[in-house]
Amino acid sequence: MQKRTNVNLDNIPTQQFDAIVIGAGGAGLRAALQLAESGHKIAVVSKVFPTRSHTVAAQGGINAALGNVTPDNWQWHMYDTIKGSDYLGDQDAIEFMCQEAAEIVRELEHFGVPFSRLDNGKIYQRAFGGQSQNYGEEQAHRTCAAADRTGHAILHSLYQQNIRLGSTIFEEYYSVDLLKAKDGAISGCVVMNIHNGEYQILQSPNILLATGGAGQVFRTNTNAGINTGDGLGMALRAGYPLQDMEFWQFHPTGIAGKGMLMSEAARGEGGVLRNALGEAFMEKYAPHVKDLASRDVVSRAIAVEVQEGRGCGPNKDYVLLDLTHLEDKVVKERLPGIRDISITFAGIDPVEQSVPVFPTCHYMMGGIPTNINGQVIYPNAQGQQETVTGLYAVGECACVSVHGANRLGGNSLLDIVVFGRKAALTISENLKSHSAVHLEHDKDSLEQIRTRIEHWHDSSAKEQTNNSEQNTSDNVTQIKKDLQAIMERGCGVFREHSLMQKALEELPAIEARLQEVQLSDQSDIFNLERLAAFELENLLAIAYATVTSALARQESRGAHSRIDFQERDDQAWLKHSLYCHQTRQLSYKTVNLTPKTHKPFEPKKRVY
Amino acid sequence: MKLTISRYNPEKDKVPYDETFEIDDALIKHDTMLLDVLHLVREQDPSVGFRFSCQEGVCGSDGMNVNGKNHLSCITPISTLSQPIIIKPLPGLPIIKDLIIDMSLFYQQYQDVDPFLQTEPLDHEKEHLQSPEERAKLDGSYECILCGCCSTSCPSFWWNPDQFAGPAALLAASRFIIDSRDIKHIDRLKDLDSPTKTFRCRHIQNCTDACPKGLNPSRAIQELKSIMLKDL
Repeated sequence: MQKRTNVNLDNIPTQQFDAIVIGAGGAGLRAALQLAESGHKIAVVSKVFPTRSHTVAAQGGINAALGNVTPDNWQWHMYDTIKGSDYLGDQDAIEFMCQEAAEIVRELEHFGVPFSRLDNGKIYQRAFGGQSQNYGEEQAHRTCAAADRTGHAILHSLYQQNIRLGSTIFEEYYSVDLLKAKDGAISGCVVMNIHNGEYQILQSPNILLATGGAGQVFRTNTNAGINTGDGLGMALRAGYPLQDMEFWQFHPTGIAGKGMLMSEAARGEGGVLRNALGEAFMEKYAPHVKDLASRDVVSRAIAVEVQEGRGCGPNKDYVLLDLTHLEDKVVKERLPGIRDISITFAGIDPVEQSVPVFPTCHYMMGGIPTNINGQVIYPNAQGQQETVTGLYAVGECACVSVHGANRLGGNSLLDIVVFGRKAALTISENLKSHSAVHLEHDKDSLEQIRTRIEHWHDSSAKEQTNNSEQNTSDNVTQIKKDLQAIMERGCGVFREHSLMQKALEELPAIEARLQEVQLSDQSDIFNLERLAAFELENLLAIAYATVTSALARQESRGAHSRIDFQERDDQAWLKHSLYCHQTRQLSYKTVNLTPKTHKPFEPKKRVY
Repeated sequence: MKLTISRYNPEKDKVPYDETFEIDDALIKHDTMLLDVLHLVREQDPSVGFRFSCQEGVCGSDGMNVNGKNHLSCITPISTLSQPIIIKPLPGLPIIKDLIIDMSLFYQQYQDVDPFLQTEPLDHEKEHLQSPEERAKLDGSYECILCGCCSTSCPSFWWNPDQFAGPAALLAASRFIIDSRDIKHIDRLKDLDSPTKTFRCRHIQNCTDACPKGLNPSRAIQELKSIMLKDL
């Protein structure tokens, strides 16, 4: 085989930084801001221009117990989040997040986020699913919103603040893999400049992964095309586990058949779900809070209505989100973005007509395990949790476990800024006690990355040099589609042993095809096929993690809903799963049930 | 269905050229978006270069010139386009590859207007109050997604990109000038008060016509000019 490119990683440009943030969404930019403000030399690596990050698409809002509309305090928020997590969330992390919430939202406001306002000039807060007053009583209005463009408003403001501080951003650079030093500490990363296909080493004793979610592993999803779990892939290949990967949130109201999100804000402002008989069916499933039950509950209710033949449309395969009874003004002022999306993608103005919706893959509750400080942790040979020197993770790619088995709406934007800031403060603290020492890379670590990169360069060279016998019609796009279909069939809203088993048995064929597939694009300039191949390797590893973890968990908890094990089983399964890709094996760790200042919330039956 | 796409790969092409792709009509539904069709093109030829991310019109990645007008491909229904569909990169900026342009200059213009809120030091215990009326003034200016459709359709931008700030940057500037919380109102106005930076805008409305988010940069610039006359 003739090699077209010999990827030389020995003499490629190397730059050194105090800290490197990989990913420029809300979590990465909040962290970068903190680090830049503390005067550190930092780099932000992003495969897209920062404001293209998926945070931009978050609609509904960010939770904080400001108490601007209804009485509130962080302890109630903490209770709701723990209950929402179906008791799998770590209570110390949830406690910390809820304590920080009010201040960090005010800080965002000070950064310029154009929150909607109440008559007294304070931040507007709307009702959202799973939020209550006084530990489960009346509905709370806790979700701070900038119309229904809250993610856009926050991401742009954070980017703007980074402009103010002059943060160095490597835009349209793809981080391929993490580099390790001899002692196992993370010492840098290898990045590819997407513009010209050139590789570089960025060296730093502090690497923060903020690479976001991986919803592209499912066929129908609300995620951006870029959400391919790159940080998770990097962590797995560096030998670290992923936590709670069986828990994927299906958002109840994606536009049927398409996936674009109709924000939960639509129900928060009074929208109602109806079946083919016109019934507001949520009354049956959550008599107390109805349409504002937590997302897993509403998603299952919709799936049941459809399964039992009460779906709408020619194929009876969706339900309707009804906003027609609301004042036009409410929809136009509070929900302008989803009105646009509905008109654009469903051809329906929600002011006049109900919108067809169905649950759609939305959010990954699992991820790279971290502690409250954003440090990545893993179980050592003795089974104790140890931190990985030099590696941090925040946001959707991380699992500090504030969302447990199900995330409440409005908590993801909160998660990214709280832990983005916290991880940066941790790094900053480290840098204060001893300035950045750049470790030499371990040869094997570099070799592993070289092999991976060369594989994708060779596989495009093969097509050029070999004849068509070996050149099958298979391609990266088709393999990705097949993977997504497998995951949708095997690990959807409802799960069952045989379906998941079948999915697991189908994955090796996908893996083999990906090993063999040849790339047809020879170019080094914006080679999006090569990029898609790197991304697909990450998605495939995530698929393995998901199915393996889900198959093992013989209970129903939060978003993981099994037909063959319908009850939650705290005796056997009140524990986090850890998936290791090298061995394809699972291990487990306990859930933290001991918050620092509040008394623990004992698991009890979850009723809405 | 036929699409003519402007191709250019600096590794082998001296100048851009057109390539026509044919897509099976059976794959097109009444609600198919242009981006979906471009994905089908890439299945035929994975080397076709275009950016995309959110696929629902909020990230601004996939601005391109379609049948002579700037659009975001992900929210442009194929049914609204006359055939053959002719797709070119956004005009006026260097081409990196195919439909992918170098937006550095566009971003630089944005950065040059100091697009960040400037205030007195604030107490983290307190909210920075703003009345609903003051907040309502920001509607129509903060929603910009930096796609570049406006600036790259503007003749003043094409002719003097080094001097004229361009509609996107001016819209961003106005967003902070009218924000009741910002204290640099006068400084911002002074910075923009030049014959080229702001007043090179001739209000031919191309920017407003091109904005896929329905914003009106032209009106924002008009208002900027009147504020300058009034306040400076």
